[in-house]
Amino acid sequence: MDITYIILIPLIPFSVFLLLGIFNQQIKPAISGYIGVIGLSISALLSYYAAYQYFFVYGKVDEVYQTFVKKTVWMNFTDTLHIDMGILVDPISVMMLVVVSTISLMVHIYSRGYMKGDDGYTKFFSFLSLFTFSMFGLVLATNLFQIYMFWELVGVSSYLLIGYYYTKTSAIAAAKKAFIVTRFADFGFLIGILIIGYYTGTFDFETLNNPEGSAILNWASTSYMGLSVITWALLLIFMGGAGKSAMFPLHIWLPDAMEGPTPVSALIHAATMVVAGVYLVARLFPMYYFVEDGFALKIVAYVGAFSSLFAAIIAVTQTDIKRVLAFSTMSQIGYMMLALGVSGYKGIEGVGYMASMFHLFTHAMFKALLFLCAGSVIHAVHSNYLKDMGGLRKYMPITNITFLIAALAISGVPPFAGFWSKDEILVAAFENNRLLYYVALFVAGLTAFYMFRLYFGIFWGKETKYEHIPHESPLSMTFPLLFLAFMSIVAGFVPFSELVTADKIGFEGHMDYPLAVVAVAIGLTGIIIAWLFYKKENDLAAIFSSFFGIFYKWTSNKFYFDEIYLFVTKKIIFDHVSTPIARFDKKYVDGTMEGIGNKTVLISNKIKGLQSGRLQDYAFFFVGGVVVLALVFIYIWTN
Amino acid sequence: MIAGISIYEILTLTSILFFIGIYGFITRKNLISILISIELILNASAINFVVINKYLYPEVLQGVFFSIFIIAVAAAETALAVAIIINLYRQISSVEVKDTEIMKY
Amino acid sequence: MDILSLFVIVPVLTILALVFTKDLKQARITAMIGSLVQLGMAIHLIFSYFEERAVNKSIMLFTQDRVWFEHFNIHFATGVDGISAALLLLTSIIVLAGVFISWKIDDLPKEFFISLLVLATGVYGFFISIDLFTMFVFYEIAVIPMYLLIGIWGSGPKEYSAMKLTLMLMGASAVLLVGILGIYFNSNANGGALTFNILEISKVYIPFVAQKLFFPLTFIGFAVLGALFPFHTWSPDGHASAPTAVSMLHAGVLMKLGGYGIFRIAMFLLPEGAKEWSWFFIILSAIGVIYGAFGALKQTDLKYINAYSSVSHLGMVLFALLMLNKTAWNGAILQSLSHGFMTALFFALIGMIYGRTHTRDITKLGGLLKVIPFISVINVIAGLASLGLPGFSGFVAEMNIFVGAFQHDELFYRVATIISVSAIVVTAVYILRVLGIMLMGPINNAEFLDLPKTTWYEITGILLLLIPMIGMGVAPLWLSDMIMASIQPFIKGVLKF
Repeated sequence: MDITYIILIPLIPFSVFLLLGIFNQQIKPAISGYIGVIGLSISALLSYYAAYQYFFVYGKVDEVYQTFVKKTVWMNFTDTLHIDMGILVDPISVMMLVVVSTISLMVHIYSRGYMKGDDGYTKFFSFLSLFTFSMFGLVLATNLFQIYMFWELVGVSSYLLIGYYYTKTSAIAAAKKAFIVTRFADFGFLIGILIIGYYTGTFDFETLNNPEGSAILNWASTSYMGLSVITWALLLIFMGGAGKSAMFPLHIWLPDAMEGPTPVSALIHAATMVVAGVYLVARLFPMYYFVEDGFALKIVAYVGAFSSLFAAIIAVTQTDIKRVLAFSTMSQIGYMMLALGVSGYKGIEGVGYMASMFHLFTHAMFKALLFLCAGSVIHAVHSNYLKDMGGLRKYMPITNITFLIAALAISGVPPFAGFWSKDEILVAAFENNRLLYYVALFVAGLTAFYMFRLYFGIFWGKETKYEHIPHESPLSMTFPLLFLAFMSIVAGFVPFSELVTADKIGFEGHMDYPLAVVAVAIGLTGIIIAWLFYKKENDLAAIFSSFFGIFYKWTSNKFYFDEIYLFVTKKIIFDHVSTPIARFDKKYVDGTMEGIGNKTVLISNKIKGLQSGRLQDYAFFFVGGVVVLALVFIYIWTN
Repeated sequence: MIAGISIYEILTLTSILFFIGIYGFITRKNLISILISIELILNASAINFVVINKYLYPEVLQGVFFSIFIIAVAAAETALAVAIIINLYRQISSVEVKDTEIMKY
Repeated sequence: MDILSLFVIVPVLTILALVFTKDLKQARITAMIGSLVQLGMAIHLIFSYFEERAVNKSIMLFTQDRVWFEHFNIHFATGVDGISAALLLLTSIIVLAGVFISWKIDDLPKEFFISLLVLATGVYGFFISIDLFTMFVFYEIAVIPMYLLIGIWGSGPKEYSAMKLTLMLMGASAVLLVGILGIYFNSNANGGALTFNILEISKVYIPFVAQKLFFPLTFIGFAVLGALFPFHTWSPDGHASAPTAVSMLHAGVLMKLGGYGIFRIAMFLLPEGAKEWSWFFIILSAIGVIYGAFGALKQTDLKYINAYSSVSHLGMVLFALLMLNKTAWNGAILQSLSHGFMTALFFALIGMIYGRTHTRDITKLGGLLKVIPFISVINVIAGLASLGLPGFSGFVAEMNIFVGAFQHDELFYRVATIISVSAIVVTAVYILRVLGIMLMGPINNAEFLDLPKTTWYEITGILLLLIPMIGMGVAPLWLSDMIMASIQPFIKGVLKF
């Protein structure tokens, strides 16, 4: 089984990026769109082929999915530590290849319609290709350092794409914020990598993840502040993952990131890049699970659960449709983290791991679809705000239907995709941690509620008078919607438990009917409440929100987290660290150096009076000197 | 060799002459006076040469020669100095020492 | 004629040729040809180095030795290893780029290029020397023209800055001279003759007391040039006043002399002293790393921002050198190279922006991406490279430093490493702040709506610097292995203790 061709999957977008980036001015927009789409289609086909080959042809040996690695040394640090560049093929990386290439291809096609007439059309496609390349590289990474490198690259692509409308101040601020917050998280990630490298002597995933390997068996050898250093490292690495995946409290960049063009939000901030944190934890899952009996994994679970609840509550009150979706993304990623956190390792115990990956897969489909639908709506009404929308079902039938499918999928209504994956997550949570199960269940209800609030608000509700009559989007935009809607229906039927599992041995998936019924009931309740509130224009919602009073206000202001961060950065870092340092530098450090110079000048001014140029003074000193010397010598000689 | 006068008396005289010259050199404000002071110093030393030669080493003549040298050099030096002073006077209309300070720049 | 001495002879010949040129056109062509030849020689040197290295295992290759002043046993001794070969290449590229960037200098062009090449001669001479005394002489040759270059062709308070820079560097070299003489007078510990030759001295065990005394002198003497906190204050003022090409050369190459000198002299000849003092200087350099980054955060003058960022980046070099292990040293050398290209590129870009808008105050600029897209895009790339993005040289260097520093056995050093790593966050903040304010957003000054296009010589200058930066970042293996191999004999001396 030759896996060399897989290298082409990232390289094709990369060459597209170079081509479009360097010949930005020369290539006509129409052609650049085609180049992007064709390049990515090839990548996507190769990904599907690779997935088929891996899962059904050569991947399985003795009922166990094997890991195939092909790598070359990129840089040597010491005799044992080095960075390799290569590709690692195992169930989750292949699954991610499929996700990334599918979503990216759809977004490419969609963008041809959405970005039509934009000044930076070619630039946009080159950035998209850069992102896709980096994401493929991240997914295929063979070691911690390689993943870190591509991790940074996706961060930069995200920066470039959020700040795509670079003349808008809010977009620049959002891009900057996204980059710096994730960079701060990456600081933790990097330290984690350094610790791992120091204590285990390797960055390689295969060596690290080997349950019988020294990295896992020797976790207890050194400890620091009551925890194993490896646990600390894993927590720091999770900090990196939490930054990228917008987990509480590093989530603040994600809502602002919605300043980017909507296709970008769909690709990067919904389906692919933001799940990189989940992917990272999954990638190191054996380490998380075995080191210190999964202490770090518990933290992951609680952070995930809290983020998921936190984001769902905020999502209920937001009025910008993209921000609702952003918080929904954060909430769903929290779900995946939760699922990973409660997972076991062997066989059916690893249902959480499987569920997490499953949810990652289905979520990518329907969340991308939701964003693209939102993009289609925004394209039609030129506004992001719910208040400017309403009754759009008549004007935009395809968007309406596809949005409904996606909303049903995310709410966990059978037989749509979200139902299957969510159910598995709830099963995993139920069996491991009841508290987290109830949190997850509550979030499921909230999800259904805010999603249908959005749906009814956009497509039903009040009849808004539009300045321009909204119209359905062109085919280039509706085709991806239809395709993803189709995927949102069928993705749930993929037998994930047989393909992607923690110990790489498939197990028989099963349906836990009582739990499923409860989950569906909760979801339907949420939908019904939303239906009551928002289907027709009425003031139920207003009454209800006034009932919550101050809590509502806090929620709609996102619990003032932005303000807290702003306070810390602006007030503390800028005003109380940076400014004093600048002043200290000028006044004391430079002052000392200047002082030395000035003192020299001063002293020389004092003594330069001696060199008056008056011959008589010189003669006086000369004679005086002679006399003094004569007296001294006489004194010496006479004694 | 002058009868009745010992070398000490003569040397005392020349020392007084020398220090009068030094004093004049340091304190006078007028360039001409300074020049005269220098003459005093030179003459004091010339006398010293002669006297010491005569009293201590009567068989040689170096001291006498040297005093002649000093006289010659003093004459040349005086000529030069006066020339400088005259030129300076043309420039700044003064022979005061404090007015010549601009020369140091 | 051996190939190393040519590195000094060619610039001298270029200077002689420049004396006979009449106007800007002739002067710049002459300077360009001279620098091109130099670049060719540097590339040739790299290749012949690889050939020679394959068969010759001694520390320095192409060694030559000529007696210069017999009484004190001073020689004009030359030789290179992978490190100096790489730095020579860096120098020749930056000098050439500097000539291109100064293509349109209209004030006393002939004299400008002559001073520039005198500076370059000093740097080349420093890198090829393996004799302490000649090294010191070349070091002085490189520092002195800075005074003229800043004082005559500079801007702003140029006399003040030139004076400050020269005085501080001269003060440092006084300290350095004491250190060098200290080494010299201890070089006969095993009964031989006193010598300035580095290779000879390295075979001698210098008494511990002397090492302890002279290491800080030598270190500080060089570290001032490497902008060690708190001796960095000449750098912001000096850079701000210097003309573009001089800033490039100074930050790009001259400041590297500091790190190189520490590595070659202080660490190599006084390893025990280095071990003894490392904790102290680690604190200073770690402060420098963080402090420079925070200092850059609040500045509004582009050149000040870059100068403080240099303090931070070069603090990293000193920091890595003091870690006394192979990986960190490798990182230090790579960081020197990478920072050389990066900062030269930055200064070139600042010069171009200043030449068009006549301001370096970022608050007055805005939306440049729309008006001068090429320069702005390169500026974004340079900014991203500077904050350590993978794919550029900065990442490679920084990761070597961090991984290497983290391999230290003592907790203190690892904690210091973590503190230094945090600079990557602050770096991101100040870089993105500049990019955001200067390049993006609306154009807030009507004058900037129409700015001159980039010219071919500007593009050439930029590409000369950009390509090696990307090359190093994408395929670092050959370079880092070449440097690693050259570090080997040096690290052995340190590890003995």
